[in-house]
Amino acid sequence: MTLLRERPSVPPAAGQARLGLGVVLLLAAVAAVAVLGLALGSQALPLWEVLAALRGQEAGDASIIVLEQRLPRTMLGLLVGSALGMGGAVAQSLTRNPLADPGLLGVSAGAALAIVVAAFAAGVTTLAPQLLFAIGGAAAAGTAVLLLGTRTAVGTTPQGLALVGVAVSAVLISVASTVVLFDAQTLDEYRFWLVGSLAGRGMSTLTTVAPVIAGGAVLAWIASRALDAVALGDDTARALGVRLRRAQLLAGTAVVVLTGAAVAAAGPIAFIGLAVPHAARALTGPRTAWLLAYSAALGAVLLVLADVIGRIVARPNELQAGVITALIGAPIALALLRRSRSGATV
Amino acid sequence: MSGLPGAELLVSTPSGRLSVLINRRAALVASALLLVVAALAVLSTAFGTRWLPIDQVLSGLLGTADRAVTLTVREFRLPRTVVAVLVGSALGLAGALTQALTRNPLASPDVLGVVSGASAGAVAVLITAGGATVGYGGAAAGLSEVGVPIGALAGALLSAALVLGLASRPAGALPATQRVVLIGIILNAVFLGLVQWALTIGDVDQAAKAAVWLTGSLHGRGWEHVTAVGLALAVLLPLALLLRRPLDAVALGEDIAITLGVRVPRLRLVLFTLAFALAGMAVAAAGAIGFVALLAPPLARRITRSGAPLLTAALMGAALLLTADVLARHLVPGAELPAGAVTALVGAPALLVMLLRSRS
Repeated sequence: MTLLRERPSVPPAAGQARLGLGVVLLLAAVAAVAVLGLALGSQALPLWEVLAALRGQEAGDASIIVLEQRLPRTMLGLLVGSALGMGGAVAQSLTRNPLADPGLLGVSAGAALAIVVAAFAAGVTTLAPQLLFAIGGAAAAGTAVLLLGTRTAVGTTPQGLALVGVAVSAVLISVASTVVLFDAQTLDEYRFWLVGSLAGRGMSTLTTVAPVIAGGAVLAWIASRALDAVALGDDTARALGVRLRRAQLLAGTAVVVLTGAAVAAAGPIAFIGLAVPHAARALTGPRTAWLLAYSAALGAVLLVLADVIGRIVARPNELQAGVITALIGAPIALALLRRSRSGATV
Repeated sequence: MSGLPGAELLVSTPSGRLSVLINRRAALVASALLLVVAALAVLSTAFGTRWLPIDQVLSGLLGTADRAVTLTVREFRLPRTVVAVLVGSALGLAGALTQALTRNPLASPDVLGVVSGASAGAVAVLITAGGATVGYGGAAAGLSEVGVPIGALAGALLSAALVLGLASRPAGALPATQRVVLIGIILNAVFLGLVQWALTIGDVDQAAKAAVWLTGSLHGRGWEHVTAVGLALAVLLPLALLLRRPLDAVALGEDIAITLGVRVPRLRLVLFTLAFALAGMAVAAAGAIGFVALLAPPLARRITRSGAPLLTAALMGAALLLTADVLARHLVPGAELPAGAVTALVGAPALLVMLLRSRS
């Protein structure tokens, strides 16, 4: 029994101390982009004004901009970014597929379609029930892609599975955009949401989504130990005493909850779930628990940064965060596609 | 090119100086499709906010109906129908050419991301020409006739160079047929992201109209949208038909084509340029209409049962787009969908099925 409790032997990982230091540095980076998120925008604010507004010493315009607009938006960006990063890390470990991003595998598209259909068929426009629909849609789409991918010749390679995923996504998104076109009034809102955007979400969005994402993170953390073993192959994992079905179910639920919540809050934002875990893995090595922590921090940094860039480059208009992540993420996706070999483990 | 003996007909001038080898079945299918397209075109012209009886449509076309009917038919409904026929034909032909050249049933301009690249090019021209005219119809006629097609052409060729360049290198274990699809869909996301961004710079009131550049629509098409795609088709369709023999040789395999004396690299360059120019012109007229170029050639091949179907694919594309546009106008009472939404609803599942069936 004691033997089974030990971690399965994995390639030499970076030292715990070094990894711990990395987390501290990443948290500093998170704090730095958070300050950027508060200070920059259509109107740049000096740092001391931001700090004064946060402490409540400042009244007037700056205080309103910082506290009511940029603070919830930045915090939501951190939260959604970390959810996308963790979701991608778990999905890649679970499928042992370096291209398994919830965006590429149709999970995000499923969540988006469920929200759009719920809004137009049942008039669901409040966030709490939307979350349920998003998670349900994410689960259905993800399961469909995995089934289609594993039952056909195409899906046997990592790229083939991604291919099935993007094709399913194309189907789901075409339905979602058509449904949106039916109603001109809400078209304007959903058209930006379908690109993926952090704009105009209030504190209430944040407080509704935060516990769900926290729950997803806990599930992912619980699954992380089993995922370490899964990385060595199903048979080895079983031999190491991992209850495979249970671990897969747990990890799959984590992916679906994290992605569904992120989509409900900010729309289907692409490529963060793909690019971030790869960068994180380069820093941490294969241990899933550390990978989760690094992916969460890097995802948060990347999304808030994308949002800030989107606010600056198109002033006085805004480029949605989803567009920026697509522009940054697509070249990364292409590079990964080029590099990955069939059968290669992550 | 048909395996059936006696299926080909040699037609010669009496002096024997000019002779054409005609595939009987293909000729038969092409004439039948032409009739179908004509019938659909009349139907498409008759449908509208108000149904016009067929005899009124015909007399409107001839100018013998009363002035209101003639105006409705000639100035509002006919251009839309003509644009649908031309755009559908251009897309069908472009799809047939790219699929034959790459010997890949999934490599059509829309799946490769070339259609959305052209859309980004067209929108870039609209933005630089003046933000207020973004969307359709808002643009001045001169811009629709010259500037937008040039932008779409540049966008199409640039994105085509990008996707073909990227896809020519091996990517892991993925076979080439599937590789281009994955790369194309990723690039698609980028181009549509760019279009989306460009449109947010424009007027908020144009939101619904912006759909044309993202999904493709025939709503409000006028005669000014006919020019570019009509000219392109008039010049490039005969050119493609002239090059059909060497193309058939390439479809058998590059080595065989070289043995048969085909200068393959030059042929590829010419035909790819031709195909993407056609796709670009189609986009300039009707926006990013997806999946017509993907589906028309295999459907045409299924009926003709021979080589690379060029003329039949073009006709099939026209028939598909006309049908999609009629459905788009009448699927939902009281609302009009963009035709591109209908083609995507049908085409995306079809792509999925084709993918799942494709052999590694």
